Amino acid sequence: MEIYWYLIIAVVLAIFFILDGYDFGVGIIHLFFAEKEKDKEIIAKAAGLFWDSNEVWLVAGGGMLFMAFPTLYSSAFSGFYLPLIIVLWLIVFRAIGLEFRGQFSYNIWTAFWDKAFGVSSLLLALFFGIALGNVVRGVNLGGVENGVSLFESHYFFLPLWNSSFSPLSESPGVIDWFTIIIGLISVVTLAIHGATWIILKTNASINNRLKSVIFKLNIVLLILTIFSLIVWEIVKPNSLNNFMDKPYLVIFPIIYFVGLFGLFFIKKLKKDIYAFVFSTLIILGGITSSLASLFPVVLPSTNNINESLTIYNTATSNYGLSVAMGWSILGLILLFIYFVVQKRILAGKIDDMDYGNH
Amino acid sequence: MNDMLFYDRLQFAFTITFHYIFPQLTMGLSLLIVYFKWKFLKTDIEKYNNAAKFFMKIFAVNFTMGVVTGIPMEFQFGTNWAKFSELTGQIIGQPLAMEGMFSFFLESSFLALFIFGEKLMGQKLHFLTGFLVFLGSWISGWFIIATNSWMQHPVGYEILENGKFVLHNFSALFSNPWLIPAFLHNQAASLVTSSFVVASIGAFYILRNKNVEYGKLFLKTGVIFGVISSLLVAFPTGDWNAKNVAKYQPAAFAGMEGIFKTEDGGAEIVLIGQPNMLDKKLDNKIAVPNILSFLTYKDWNRQIKGMDQFKKEDLPDNIPALYYAYHIMVGLGTIFIAIMILSAFFLWKNKIFTIKPLLWIIMFLVPFPYIANLTGWYVAELGRQPYLVYGLLRTSVGMSPTVSSGNTLFTLLGFVGLYMLLGLLFLVLVGKTIHQGPTPKKH
Repeated sequence: MEIYWYLIIAVVLAIFFILDGYDFGVGIIHLFFAEKEKDKEIIAKAAGLFWDSNEVWLVAGGGMLFMAFPTLYSSAFSGFYLPLIIVLWLIVFRAIGLEFRGQFSYNIWTAFWDKAFGVSSLLLALFFGIALGNVVRGVNLGGVENGVSLFESHYFFLPLWNSSFSPLSESPGVIDWFTIIIGLISVVTLAIHGATWIILKTNASINNRLKSVIFKLNIVLLILTIFSLIVWEIVKPNSLNNFMDKPYLVIFPIIYFVGLFGLFFIKKLKKDIYAFVFSTLIILGGITSSLASLFPVVLPSTNNINESLTIYNTATSNYGLSVAMGWSILGLILLFIYFVVQKRILAGKIDDMDYGNH
Repeated sequence: MNDMLFYDRLQFAFTITFHYIFPQLTMGLSLLIVYFKWKFLKTDIEKYNNAAKFFMKIFAVNFTMGVVTGIPMEFQFGTNWAKFSELTGQIIGQPLAMEGMFSFFLESSFLALFIFGEKLMGQKLHFLTGFLVFLGSWISGWFIIATNSWMQHPVGYEILENGKFVLHNFSALFSNPWLIPAFLHNQAASLVTSSFVVASIGAFYILRNKNVEYGKLFLKTGVIFGVISSLLVAFPTGDWNAKNVAKYQPAAFAGMEGIFKTEDGGAEIVLIGQPNMLDKKLDNKIAVPNILSFLTYKDWNRQIKGMDQFKKEDLPDNIPALYYAYHIMVGLGTIFIAIMILSAFFLWKNKIFTIKPLLWIIMFLVPFPYIANLTGWYVAELGRQPYLVYGLLRTSVGMSPTVSSGNTLFTLLGFVGLYMLLGLLFLVLVGKTIHQGPTPKKH
């Protein structure tokens, strides 16, 4: 039962990162590569039309996490207090940028809100990567100092950083050199993902150039990935154990690398959708591999005193989980129907269609 | 109250107040949009279709605001109220997760289809998408109020030795006696806000002598829905809720009505007066004897417990705020009924479009239903104090154990600044939509 909910929530959050991920990525591309006014407008629209329905997935994932694993929810959300609230601000600020930019057509007006949209997208991508890095690295559960827990064993509080910036210190902060590397991987991945989305959904004049951008970013991503795997072994020495015990889990890293290598052929791909599928695979594979390396742990402890949080010691009662399983199956069927209906009706490039004013 | 609890409560109060500006409009407005679209299907008069599309634009702006301000609400359960989430998440997580699954996806998917898909789908399907948006927004309200009802009047739970609340009867969450009255009251109140907004835009167009044809349609529709919903808010739904409070939360009832002392015989109803917490009485009181007993129990002489009957630690911790919130809500509700009955009368006589003072009043009435809705929620939430889960879990227990007050103040200030910007954006976007008007642009 716990595993069912773990999988559902993992899928919902992965979908969130795939969907909202492309509009963060669109923001990053917009910040660095859009030059002509018309491109800026159409690229902003490639995020602007969809971001709010994408963020609904975050709300849904949060709600399910709350219901199924309340102890994890309360521990992680209060422990990551500052970064989470900053993420909320960025989400709001980004939305303001997107919705404000088209309201008046002064040059400095659009320029300012474009930057707001771009920079907050970039920071969000970075923060979500850092968040994943934190989950992998683990936290000082119980707030242990000199061998004594300051809080109940499943609570903690992380400063944004500590003076050493090291993931190996007794009580690491949110930002350290390891989480920064994961953050950068996230930025590069989402930039690639945003670019494949722009190519798929628009006729922007930079689309051809974006293909070489993707190619170059992909090289960066490959280097960062290899580098991160090395430091991963330093930070989490046993992270490969799960893959050795259950070899079928290797499918997740394979998904990641299929996406990564597939994108090297970006210029030869026959359909735009293939590139988007490859970048989706990178995100999907990246998230699932990280989770698989931890399973069944969901938040590791960096000390030896308090045990890590797992899906078993944070879950709701069996009755609650099984009732919710009943309604969630109905919900997922409905969700699938909405998704198919919507994608069928709104398929195609956005600048070819008469979408009206949004 | 210590600093930490104060800042946590203030941040939640501030962010939820700002958030609830938006859903209260979308829930009611979606029903009006469905009505306009339905009129179009029946009559084939283009005016109705344009009205539906015009208000869906305003709906969309509000929906966007609702999403971005709603995410912080859900997150705050974990960030600021971690202990509460840990102890009760097994129960309130159910309706909250169901809201995500059954309502947000419905609302957001079909909103996009309604706005972008009219030409691709045909009119009947377009009506259907509008209806599904309405359904989604009302389901959302239903689950949120189911969550809140459990906090007001907990049912279907067991408490374990470690203090955790465990669900043992799922259906009890939705047959909670608190839920249906609260939901209907809230939805009627939401319809008041949206009909007043529609009527106000109508009055604005008529007074400005621009889009007059639409102005008349909006005013007429707004007044008809407004008079019905204003009456429904008071009776039966408001009455029903007050009786629930008297029955399940007598301490809150005494506080909101401003009854300091238990009197022999029937209790008076207070119209005006300021709570004086030092002398435990109301200053400058105007009250009518015995009415409250009659309204609550249909018995002129039934005794009602005053605040002197409760221990201090079981009374709501901010009596004046609770009292004022309640009296502002009831006072405004009464004024709404008066204005709307008058407007409906002149509408029936077909004179309303020429009575300028009334049009001005309707145009400027807009902020007040928002105030009434928000103060209504303040009554519910202040009355629930000092508990998070009424009678069982105190508010002071629910805070996050590891977050310091300095951090909460920091984030509170951040929210205040950011939301001011967001509020400005909202006004610009809605103002622009109203300025452009419902007539479709010619390409």
